[in-house]
Amino acid sequence: MTNLIETVLLDTCPSDLVQADRVHTSLYTDAKLFDEELDKIFYKTWIWVAHASEIPDNGSYKSTYIGKQPVIVVRDRKKDVHVLLNRCRHRGATVCEHKKGKTNSFVCPYHGWSYALDGSLRGVPHPESYADCLDKGDLPLVSLRVEQYNGMIFATFNDQIEPLVDFLGPARKWIDLFMKQGAGYPVKVSGEHRFRFPGNWKIQLENTTDAYHFPLVHKSFLSSVDEQTLELFDFVQGPGYVEDLGNGHSVMVMIPDLVDLEANLDLPIPERFEALAQELRNEGHEELEVRRIVRAVGGSGFNLNLFPNVACSMAFFRVLQPIAVDETEIHHAVITMDGGPAVANRYRLRLHEHFQGPMGFGTPDDSEAWERVQKGANAGKDLWIMLNRGLAGEKPSDDGLISDVSAETGMRAGYQQWKKMMAVPAAKQGE
Amino acid sequence: MLNLQLLNQVSAFIWQEADMLDHSEFNEWLELWTSTATYIIPIDPLETDFENTLNYAYDDHHMRQLRVKRLTSGESISTAPRARTVRSLSRFRVLKDEGDVVTVRCAQNLREFRKDVLKHYTADITFDLVRSGDSFKIQRKLIQLINSTDTLAGIGYIL
Repeated sequence: MTNLIETVLLDTCPSDLVQADRVHTSLYTDAKLFDEELDKIFYKTWIWVAHASEIPDNGSYKSTYIGKQPVIVVRDRKKDVHVLLNRCRHRGATVCEHKKGKTNSFVCPYHGWSYALDGSLRGVPHPESYADCLDKGDLPLVSLRVEQYNGMIFATFNDQIEPLVDFLGPARKWIDLFMKQGAGYPVKVSGEHRFRFPGNWKIQLENTTDAYHFPLVHKSFLSSVDEQTLELFDFVQGPGYVEDLGNGHSVMVMIPDLVDLEANLDLPIPERFEALAQELRNEGHEELEVRRIVRAVGGSGFNLNLFPNVACSMAFFRVLQPIAVDETEIHHAVITMDGGPAVANRYRLRLHEHFQGPMGFGTPDDSEAWERVQKGANAGKDLWIMLNRGLAGEKPSDDGLISDVSAETGMRAGYQQWKKMMAVPAAKQGE
Repeated sequence: MLNLQLLNQVSAFIWQEADMLDHSEFNEWLELWTSTATYIIPIDPLETDFENTLNYAYDDHHMRQLRVKRLTSGESISTAPRARTVRSLSRFRVLKDEGDVVTVRCAQNLREFRKDVLKHYTADITFDLVRSGDSFKIQRKLIQLINSTDTLAGIGYIL
């Protein structure tokens, strides 16, 4: 009883660490499990790498990570998107150190090998020393499989994996709903807040589908908003729900009225948006258009959590990146309407700054709670993380399982996928 | 020829502002601003259009009031216990004196201690100061952290 962790880890596979209503604390604290997660999850499934608006033109790129491996997401001259390992095929140096930009090629700073936007090796300085022992065709930047859905770009190391649309499954219709916050304009990522917290990545994954913490952890945020917004965010006992969408994905609907931003355009404009609505009218927008923009500005009424690393969270993209078993990096990417009214986009930027980021009124409190989970998780040897909230009322739905808004159904969905992927022996994966 | 009298006046005012923040005199601090003033902490060091881009903070008077309230309400787990801060400001330079408005740039080194962690933030700060009686009011405070493009941890106080 006193050393159950050791026993479990030595004698059984990771899948014994996940039960229907709880997971073992070692999922947050065991460095060996973390390394296994990189191999069996981050290097095996579809990982979100960019939104299409981040690389709008030919030659636009961003650099990011899949698990712990640096990659470049780039649009070539034919507008095709490539995800390339950020590593020169000569002696291994990164070929791109900028977070984003526009280029004609990637040139390694060490010996000057240069690569085209599709990763092919173009030039090698002073090739004479190689004589005929270098075939440039053999040494392109390593290119990963890439697929897109509605502007969301995913890549994978796994050539055998199912197509992205099948992996997303019923989550696709929620992505479509989420993109309605462009109010008819294309959705555009316009910057992001990046921060780290000393805790395991799954603590963050859980949080995106955790309505239960909101009134407590975000009390200071709720104290800073007007009466109507306060009512809107009082959703823990409301009619919302959490639904398991399969493959580890889930949706938490906090505000059912804001699931479809193009419906109910005849509802009264909330008080806090009246000034914005008037400015839009003054700019000459028709009333229906004003209502559509104003309704979209506040964001969607749900968080879509896509396993393992991205969420469409009310009004922004949440991206997580595992750094170590007890260190995680988070990006909160703000969304604006590409070509939309500047006054409405400013409103979205200020809303994002109000809650998100290191100086927001929300993120630092989340971060503090997660840090405390990691710290507390070091206590005890045979303790489990309880995930049984909302089990009593959980029912099958068209897309999976459904329970009340503060149910831990979405977390259970994520951990069942974790279990499924971690249970596969390493040798079997990718066959 | 340096205007040492002006340099003295603006540094005395800015040091006073810093001391108020380190010693939680928030109501006095709120009085230092004009009603249309902005408090800005940008992300991109090259950005100049702060209003139309994402920042860490872009506070008008209302948001400054809310920020103070959040720090003192005890409702936020990231600000209770409150971080202790000591900030040193130096390298004052008057960039512009246009009669009503004086623009001053200076360096800030801030040490923060909270729970068991000591942190360090270095920033260029540019103040637009409006002459008001024999002192100033802040029209804009622009805080450009030298590591603004890096990942930051929560900052549960006023920079």
